[in-house]
Amino acid sequence: MARAVTPQRKLINTGLAWAIGLLIFFPILWTILTSFKTEAQAIASPPIFLGFDWTLENYGVVMERSDYGRFLMNSIIIAGGSTILGLIVAVPAAWSMAFVPSRRTKDILLWMLSTKMLPAVGVLYPIYLLFIQLGLLDSRAGLVVVMMLINLPIIVWMLYTYFREIPAEILEAARMDGATLKEEVLYILTPMAIPGIASTMLLNFILAWNEAFWTLNLTAVNAAPLTAFIASYSSPEGLFFAKLSAASTMAIAPILILGWFSQKQLVRGLTFGAVK
Amino acid sequence: MGQITLKQVTKSFGDVQVIPPLDLTIGDGEFTVFVGPSGCGKSTLLRLIAGLEDITTGHIEIDGKDATDLVPAKRGLAMVFQSYALYPHMSVRKNIAFPLKMAKMDAAEIDKRITNAASVLNLTDYLDRRPGQLSGGQRQRVAIGRAIVREPAAFLFDEPLSNLDAALRVGMRLEISELHERLKTTMIYVTHDQVEAMTMADKIVVLRAGHIEQVGSPLELYHKPRNEFVAGFIGSPKMNIFGGAEAQKYGGASAGIRPEHIDVSMSDGTWKGKVGVAEHLGSDTFIHVHDTGLADMVTVRITGDISVRHGDTIYLTPQLDQMHKFDAQGLRIE
Amino acid sequence: MATKASRSAARLMMGPAVILLLGWMLVPLIMTLWFSFRTYLPLRGGDQGWTGFDNYVRFVSSSAFWPAVQTTLVIVLGVLVITVCLGILLAILLDQPMWGQGIVRILVIAPFFVMPTVSALVWKNMFMDPVNGLFAHLWRFFGAEPVSWLSDAAMPSIIMIVSWQWLPFATLILLTAIQSLDSEQLEAAEMDGAPHLKRFFYIILPHLSRAITIVLLIQTIFLLAIFAEIFVTTGGAFGTRTLSYLIFQRVLESQNVGLGSAGGVYAIILANIVAIFLMRIVGKNLDN
Repeated sequence: MARAVTPQRKLINTGLAWAIGLLIFFPILWTILTSFKTEAQAIASPPIFLGFDWTLENYGVVMERSDYGRFLMNSIIIAGGSTILGLIVAVPAAWSMAFVPSRRTKDILLWMLSTKMLPAVGVLYPIYLLFIQLGLLDSRAGLVVVMMLINLPIIVWMLYTYFREIPAEILEAARMDGATLKEEVLYILTPMAIPGIASTMLLNFILAWNEAFWTLNLTAVNAAPLTAFIASYSSPEGLFFAKLSAASTMAIAPILILGWFSQKQLVRGLTFGAVK
Repeated sequence: MGQITLKQVTKSFGDVQVIPPLDLTIGDGEFTVFVGPSGCGKSTLLRLIAGLEDITTGHIEIDGKDATDLVPAKRGLAMVFQSYALYPHMSVRKNIAFPLKMAKMDAAEIDKRITNAASVLNLTDYLDRRPGQLSGGQRQRVAIGRAIVREPAAFLFDEPLSNLDAALRVGMRLEISELHERLKTTMIYVTHDQVEAMTMADKIVVLRAGHIEQVGSPLELYHKPRNEFVAGFIGSPKMNIFGGAEAQKYGGASAGIRPEHIDVSMSDGTWKGKVGVAEHLGSDTFIHVHDTGLADMVTVRITGDISVRHGDTIYLTPQLDQMHKFDAQGLRIE
Repeated sequence: MATKASRSAARLMMGPAVILLLGWMLVPLIMTLWFSFRTYLPLRGGDQGWTGFDNYVRFVSSSAFWPAVQTTLVIVLGVLVITVCLGILLAILLDQPMWGQGIVRILVIAPFFVMPTVSALVWKNMFMDPVNGLFAHLWRFFGAEPVSWLSDAAMPSIIMIVSWQWLPFATLILLTAIQSLDSEQLEAAEMDGAPHLKRFFYIILPHLSRAITIVLLIQTIFLLAIFAEIFVTTGGAFGTRTLSYLIFQRVLESQNVGLGSAGGVYAIILANIVAIFLMRIVGKNLDN
C-alpha cells in the first residue's frame, strides 16, 4: 500500500507515529535514563529528563550487592539449554509432521498447543513434589527441562510452519541421490531451514528468559535467574528508583536487543504461518 | 542396463485405487513417455518406479532383479523433478556432486565427472553460482547434470519442462533428445503435453485414470489409435470425432478424421458448413467450421494460406483412407 | 505421499516429543486429581486421607471463588479488547507512508521483550507510586491529587500494564497482515466510490479477521497464565486475585494442597473450555 501521498500528509503520519511510538517506548526509555541518575535525582520533583549528572554508580551497587553475574549466567543457561534441548526433540517431530503428514497430524499439533493452555498453577504442587523427589528443586537442570516442556509446543509449531515451506521434492531429490534419512535431515533440511530454526531459537530463548512463574516458584538461590533477581527488588528496594532501574536495564537489555533483530521472523513463527 | 518391468502393479491411497493392476515393460535404452491428462496417474506411476511411493501390490523389476522393496537410493535411478528440486544452499558444483558424495566416491573422480557433465551441459561458467542466480533453463541443466553424473540405470523425468517458457521448452526438448542419443540410457519421461510425447519418445504410454490406454511408437498412436480417447488425445489440432448417422455411413458407431486429412473447396464437397474463426499461422491455416451437422465445430488444417472470411460457406471432403472408425465401446474398427 | 519406511521413521521421530508432552500433561494432572480428593496440609499434619468432594465444594463456596473467576475474565477480556482495537489503529497508522518507519516499529515492539517482572516493577514504582511516581508528578503539575493506582484503581492499572506488554504483539501481527493486503483491492474499492470508513469495514477488517483470531488465541493462552504482574504489584489484593493467583495462594501461602488442587482442576476445566473454542478457530485457519 505504499502509495504516493502529499508531503503534508506524510509529515502528519510521521509526527503521529513517532509520538505514539515514543509514548509506548517511554517507560523503557525512562528506566534506562533513571538508571544513570543518583537516587536523589531519580525522585526529584519535578522529574529531570536529561539534565542530570550521568553516573554509573547504580550499576556498581547492583552488581556488588546481588551477584548479578550468577543470575545472568542462570538465565543464559536455562534459556539456552531449554532452547537447544527443545530443538533436539522438536526438529525430528516437525520433520515428521511436515513431510510425512497423516490424518492425525493436525490433531496432534492442536493437542500439543492445548497442553500449553493447561494452567501452570493447577499442576504446581505436583511438579514441586516431583522436583523434591528427584532432587531437582532449585537446580538449573530441572528448570531447563521445565522450560523446554512448556515451550515445546511452540517450537514444534514454528518449525512445522517453516518446514512446510520447503518443497518436498527437494527432500525427495536427496532421497533419489542416495541420502539416508539422517543425511537428508542434516545436509538438506537443516541448512535450508536455518532462518526458520534461528528465529524459533530466538523466540524460545526470549520466552524462556522472561518466564516468571516456574522460575520464581522452583528456584531459591542456586538456580535463580534474572526474573528472580528482579523480583527481589519488589520491596523495599523498589523505592530506590535508580538502582531498580539499573537492575531492570541489566535484566532486559540482552533480550531487547535480540528481539529487535528478530522481530520480522517472530511474526511468522508466532502466528504459525497463518499471517505472512 | 536399464530394463524396467512392472508386473500387476497397483497403487491405492486409502480406499481409492489410483492405479489398477498394470503391466508394462520398458526396454533398455528406450525413451519412454508417459502421457495423459492431469490426474491420470502418470506422475504416481513414475514415483512408484522411483521408489518415492510404495506400490500396494505387484512387483517392480529393474534389470531382472526385484526392486519392489528397495529404497529409492538403492534402485540406481536418477530423477529430474518438475521444480528441478535443486538444493538452494549449495553451489551448482556441490549440487552436482551431492549424489556422488552420498555414494562415497573419491574426490578426484567426483571432480572429473563434474567437469565432464558441466562441459556437456554448458555449465562450466556457472559451477560456483547458487541455483537462485540461474535462469530457468540453466537450473534445468543443473538438475540434469545432477542426474547424469551418477550414470544411473535409467533417468526419470517428471514434467521437467512445464516451468519453462515456450521458446526454452523447444530448445530443452531438443537437448534432452540429444542427450538420449548420446547416452543411450533408458529414460522415462512424464508429460501432459502430447507434442513433447510425439517429438521425443521411442515409445509412448497413454494413460487415463491409471489405465494404460495404448502403448506404441508415436506414429503408431497417430495412425492407429486403439480407441477414441487416444485418437482425441494424440495429434494437434485434435481429431474431429462425430457420431450418429454420418458415422454409420462410414461403418462405425463413431468416426474421426484429423484436421489435416480434410480437403476444402468453396464450391462442392461431402459436408457443407460456415467458416467461424480462421487462424492464419503462415505455414498453415486452421479453419473452424460450424453448422456441418457433424459436431459443434470441425477443425480443418490447410497447408499454406487460404483466403476465407467469417461466415463464408465452405465445403469439406474427408480423405477416406484416413478415416478412423470406432465401435459403440469406443474401440477402433479396422 | 510417502513410503512405509518413511512413515515408520516419522512415527519414531515424533515419539520423543509426543511422549514428553504426554508425560508433562498426564503425570501432574493425575497427581492434582489425586490430591484434590484428599485432605492434604503439608505443614499441618500432611496427608490426612480421603475427603471426597469436600475440597471442590469448599473451593467453589469460598467467598473468593466467584470474584476470582470474574477477575480472570475481566483481565483477559479487557486486555484483549484494548490490544486488538488499539493494535488495529496503530497497525493502520504504521502502514501509512512516513519517515523512519523502521525505527518507529522498533520502538513500538520493544515492550513485548521486557520481562513481565521488570515491567510490573517499573510501572508499580516509577510510574504508579503515589508519592514519587511519574504519574503523581503529572497529577500534581495539573493541580490534582495523586492517585494510589494499585490500591484505588488496581484492576484498571493491571489491565493497563498487561495491555502495554501485549499491544506490541497485536500491532506487529496486524501490521504484517495489513501489509499483505492486495493494494489493487483497495484501489478497486476506491474506484467504486467507497469512502474511507467503508473501505475499512468492508475490505481491511475482513482481511484482518484471520490475524485477529490468531492474536486472540495466542494472547488468551498467555493471559490466562499471567502471574508475575500480579505477584509483583498487588500480590492479589484490591480485587486483583485471578483464579490462578487464588490457587497459588491456597497451595503455597495457606499450604492447603487438597483445596488448591481442587481449584487447579477447576482452572484446568476453565482453560479447556476456552481451549476447545479456540482450537476450533485455529483448526479452521489451518485448513487453507
